[in-house]
Amino acid sequence: MASRSLAIPAPDVAPRHATRSAKSGHDRHGDDRTWRWVTFGPALALMLALSVLPLANLLVTSFYDVTWAQGQAVWSPVGLAHYLALPGDELFRAGLRNTLIFAIGAVGGQMVIGFALALLCSRVAHGRVVYRTIFILPILIPGIVVGAIWKLMLNYDFGLINQAIGLIGLDPRDWLGANETALASVIVVDIWHWTPFCFLLFLAGIESLPQDVYEAARVDGAKAWQELVYITLPMMWPAILVTFAFRLVLAFKVFDEVYLLTSGGPGTATEVVSFTLYQRFFTEDRVGYGAAMSVAVIFIVSLLLVLALTTRRRSEASA
Amino acid sequence: MRTDTAAPRQLGSHVILIAAAIVVIVPVLWVVAAGFRTQISLLTGAFFFTPVLTSFIEVLFSKTSDFLVNYRNSLIVGLTSTALCLVVATLAAWSLHRMRWPGWVVHIFLAWALLFHMIPPIALAGAWFTMARAVGLDNTFTALILAHTVLNLPMALWLMGVFVREVPRELEEAAAIDGASTPLLLWRIVLPIIAPGLAATGVLTFVFSWNEFAVALNLTMKQTATVPVAIAKFAQDFEILYTQMAASAALSILPALILLLIGQRYIVKGLTQGAVK
Repeated sequence: MASRSLAIPAPDVAPRHATRSAKSGHDRHGDDRTWRWVTFGPALALMLALSVLPLANLLVTSFYDVTWAQGQAVWSPVGLAHYLALPGDELFRAGLRNTLIFAIGAVGGQMVIGFALALLCSRVAHGRVVYRTIFILPILIPGIVVGAIWKLMLNYDFGLINQAIGLIGLDPRDWLGANETALASVIVVDIWHWTPFCFLLFLAGIESLPQDVYEAARVDGAKAWQELVYITLPMMWPAILVTFAFRLVLAFKVFDEVYLLTSGGPGTATEVVSFTLYQRFFTEDRVGYGAAMSVAVIFIVSLLLVLALTTRRRSEASA
Repeated sequence: MRTDTAAPRQLGSHVILIAAAIVVIVPVLWVVAAGFRTQISLLTGAFFFTPVLTSFIEVLFSKTSDFLVNYRNSLIVGLTSTALCLVVATLAAWSLHRMRWPGWVVHIFLAWALLFHMIPPIALAGAWFTMARAVGLDNTFTALILAHTVLNLPMALWLMGVFVREVPRELEEAAAIDGASTPLLLWRIVLPIIAPGLAATGVLTFVFSWNEFAVALNLTMKQTATVPVAIAKFAQDFEILYTQMAASAALSILPALILLLIGQRYIVKGLTQGAVK
């Protein structure tokens, strides 16, 4: 079920001198130690080389200005200047603000719609697998293609959305180009993309709830809405909270759809933090400043993660 | 859950579910259909059209299009990084959960993997690029394959952790007492039991590598670009070739579609066990 699988699995740390030391003959312990490192070594090396080392690289770079002169990188130390400049960076502030709005709007929508559909799907007697197959489709489509699909769907001149609202007599709108609708459109696209994922988790969760509680309720003459409010929701609550917390943090990753749909525009209406990073680091080639921003974003994500983990612990304690 | 047999309520549920299914499917079908249109037919918004293959032929075989190369690149990167990720993650998961590591090693490593999974990849792409250039691996498949492997490693670690812990401890102990060495134990006892889990993890790892854009955008050049990078290029051209963009979008979801039809069981298993994208 969702709540369990989101957990960092508790290790099965075997007690010292457990069963396996019963093995006689050659030195089982020495053998174990070798194989321990052979099996864990590759993952450790990969993580150290590609996550710890780059992070150290970013940290160091963030205290420098890197410029290019005659094909040579020139490093000039700037101290904390990059970090001090961050709060005043309009783009960065817009990025953080929009990411927050985006995360709450998109994840909130996905959770509500996903739960409702999962509940309905768990009740139908036939066709459950067909619905599930269809609903999985968006999860497997590349983010950039989701962007391409909706760039066409929302096109002012020929997009299906404007054609559809034209049928009921409404004027076409420039969904992605207008300040008021751009961020909302991106949120709706993300809801389309990831609601199926929430649906799938909730369906698995609902299907694994103990049946005897429902049977007892039915014997007592409970109505469907009473089952929902007094049984399903309370039992699913930990899973819902945890999924919400983690999806919120993951929403900070949003990049592909924004890149293709709006590139942060119009103005800074859909500027999200990943896109700001991309612009500062790659487009403007401000390596030092971009590194400082990366470090700041990673710090914010860690804080949010700690919050999410606390939520999980609390919801597990109350469950 | 209760399977409600009252006919009107069943009907109501189906109506809403079918409506949701239409919302999911129509945009995809509409774009696939747009790939079969001419630019003019799409721009005028006519509902009926005679399907033509021009855009697909243009995307696949024209001299100016690299789409087949991009497709091959995505396959190379996806398959290699998936294989690498599966091997590394399975060994590590088994090691962490079944060998006698001190508790703090396991906790710190898995917590770090979780944090790493949450960081926007674009925040690390810059450092990866600098490092790749420093060792002469810039614009190579190796750099992107390694990046995708490590990006998918946390998910693979959790998933394989779940599956590895389903292997009965008694079985491993019995094999050890019979004198089976560690490789033999892994190969003959553990592997057959976790095979379905490996399939689930592999399918997801491949799909996520195939879909990955932010890192591929910054670690590749023209010759090494993957499919998402190629599709993004369409949107940036001064004059967007909408029908070609639609055709390449349609072609790009083919692998996922095939996997969905033949391996749905594994996809559901992977997604619900992992609970992380």
